Amino acid sequence: MNLHEYQAKELLKQYGVAVPPGAVASTADEAAAAAKELGGDSFVVKAQVHAGGRGKAGGVKMAASPKDVAEAAAKMLGRRLVTAQTGAEGKEVRRVYVEKACDVAKEIYLAALVDRSLGRVAFLASAEGGADIEEAAARTPGKILKLSVDPETGLDDDDARKMAADLGLTGMQADAARSAMTAMYKAFIENDASLIEINPMAVTAKGDLIALDVKMIVDDNALHRHPEWEKLWDEAEVDAEEIEARRFELNYVPMDGDIGVMVTGAGLALGILDLIKDRGGNAADFMDVRPVATREQVAGGIKMLFANPKVKAVLVVAIGGGVLRCDTIAEGIALACKEAGGHVPVIVRAAGTAKELAELALRNQGVDVIFADDLADAADKAVAAAKGKA
Amino acid sequence: MGILVDGGTKVICQGLTGATATRLTERAIAYGTRMVGGVVPGKGGTSHLHLPVFETVAEAVDATKPDASAVFVPPAHAADAMIEAIEAEIPLVVCVSERVPVLDMVRVKRALEGSKSRLIGANSQGVITPDACKIGVMPERPHTAGRVGIVSRSATLNYEAVDQTTNVHLGQSTSVGIGGDPVYGMDFIDCLELFFADDATEGVILIGEIGGTAEEEAAEFLKREKSPKPVVAYVAGLNAPTDRRMGHAGTVDVFGAGSAAAKIEALESAGAIIAPDASAMGITMRRALGGR
Repeated sequence: MNLHEYQAKELLKQYGVAVPPGAVASTADEAAAAAKELGGDSFVVKAQVHAGGRGKAGGVKMAASPKDVAEAAAKMLGRRLVTAQTGAEGKEVRRVYVEKACDVAKEIYLAALVDRSLGRVAFLASAEGGADIEEAAARTPGKILKLSVDPETGLDDDDARKMAADLGLTGMQADAARSAMTAMYKAFIENDASLIEINPMAVTAKGDLIALDVKMIVDDNALHRHPEWEKLWDEAEVDAEEIEARRFELNYVPMDGDIGVMVTGAGLALGILDLIKDRGGNAADFMDVRPVATREQVAGGIKMLFANPKVKAVLVVAIGGGVLRCDTIAEGIALACKEAGGHVPVIVRAAGTAKELAELALRNQGVDVIFADDLADAADKAVAAAKGKA
Repeated sequence: MGILVDGGTKVICQGLTGATATRLTERAIAYGTRMVGGVVPGKGGTSHLHLPVFETVAEAVDATKPDASAVFVPPAHAADAMIEAIEAEIPLVVCVSERVPVLDMVRVKRALEGSKSRLIGANSQGVITPDACKIGVMPERPHTAGRVGIVSRSATLNYEAVDQTTNVHLGQSTSVGIGGDPVYGMDFIDCLELFFADDATEGVILIGEIGGTAEEEAAEFLKREKSPKPVVAYVAGLNAPTDRRMGHAGTVDVFGAGSAAAKIEALESAGAIIAPDASAMGITMRRALGGR
């Protein structure tokens, strides 16, 4: 689950990471009032959407007075912000965050994440932070510093000190970096984070380190021990289709093609997308069914595919294992076809546990599907069907 | 023969009395797996499926001397169960649980360091040496005892490879799912080492996917080892949907994790034979082993 910038900052502040004073607003008036309350003559107004690249897309504006803040907020609120990470349709801005601007001597990059190859939490840091960190990292990967943490002993003070020195920080700045890292690590572990990315982290002339922007992701798999996440969940940030897919426990990502695809298993689903492309077709989505799926969840997912007006053919690839059985999938297909199907051909490739039962069930129920013998056959038949050659 | 498990492997099940664990264990027994007991806190001293149930893994180890433990417990308790098995020095721990929190897996990974255990998973379909021993959730039927080792991150692509190698009459020596989670136990390299040393295995099918760097690391290993047996690789995700999430994937990509194309290139340059698509893993191996 992604957190909003203001949520992440509130959280990190509790752990002792310095953030600029700020307040959330959902109207221009509220934004002006927040600025007045904060005081001073230099503010930043930031669109609160779950996407990076806001600065380059006009989602971050400087303002010199509460009136300017209101103007900037009015231009953002209610609009759709299109950044490099949102897709063409953008994200509606429903809140802005108003912050006091701060003097910046230099900007660094500091992130904590789970390093997959080490199997540990690691810090990444660069002396050159800011919006161009991605290009900078691609250009000179050697300038990205890395420090992994032993989960038994926690962040090692000497390691943190060395990383601060390698970032070119000395004296008070180095101490501030060390304590920021300690706070980040504690916040990371206690909140089951999978990413805390501070970019940029401002280094001030006085020697403070202030988190100017924070991206934070927490691990959905740990929801059972974080009842407080209920309050952080922002349904409006998620596409309607994805919310529906979540209801059916499906992993769903819409794409641009015309073949609706449902597959048991993410890896196989990726393989099918590649096969469809190879055979000259285009998938309309990536949809992965969990092994514990019920008949109703399968039916719900297939109905979503039927409901997509771009879809000209539906391909269901089911490999039944010890948990999910093909006959469950078959019942789901039958249910969806009866309630919402008929207008597009459905191609089914079933293998594994209860394959014959599945095929028999579909035939007996009089549901009109095209059976495929193997993956290549399934892709060929789906591509042909989408081109009207079924 | 084969790797990790064979007909002599004695197996306990942690979480034996759960509904899914019960069904899977019944099927494992029917397949011929030597199940010797179970561990369920609060149910020690009882029996289930004619197997003795123990309070702790340590008690089960004393009484049954297992070679492996199947961890079939809910994700919230999976890490503690794995760590208990590792501390009891069970040589092979197999965890099929899905959705184990990643920081729990970081703890498990730490517990594995310097231990006497190997871990398969979590979020793995398990391991099977056909006609000898099955620990996991895979469908039994497409497996046939044979010549090809299979190691995969994805369970369902693994089943495809099994199906295909059966159809081209190669069969499998052992098939291992290393799991789809970011932090996990045995990796491609661990399995390749075992397969290269195994007499029954004539070739290995390695199945990767986008995300992480496991495939690139496997490629480095293949380059170093000068693979004595053909390795057929398939990597899924050349046409994966563009990731619209903020941060995470972007960060990972920035700091060096490869696309499917980069992984394929790394594996190919290390001497692996690339299967052109997911339907061609079996036939590619058939050709690599000199068949037509």
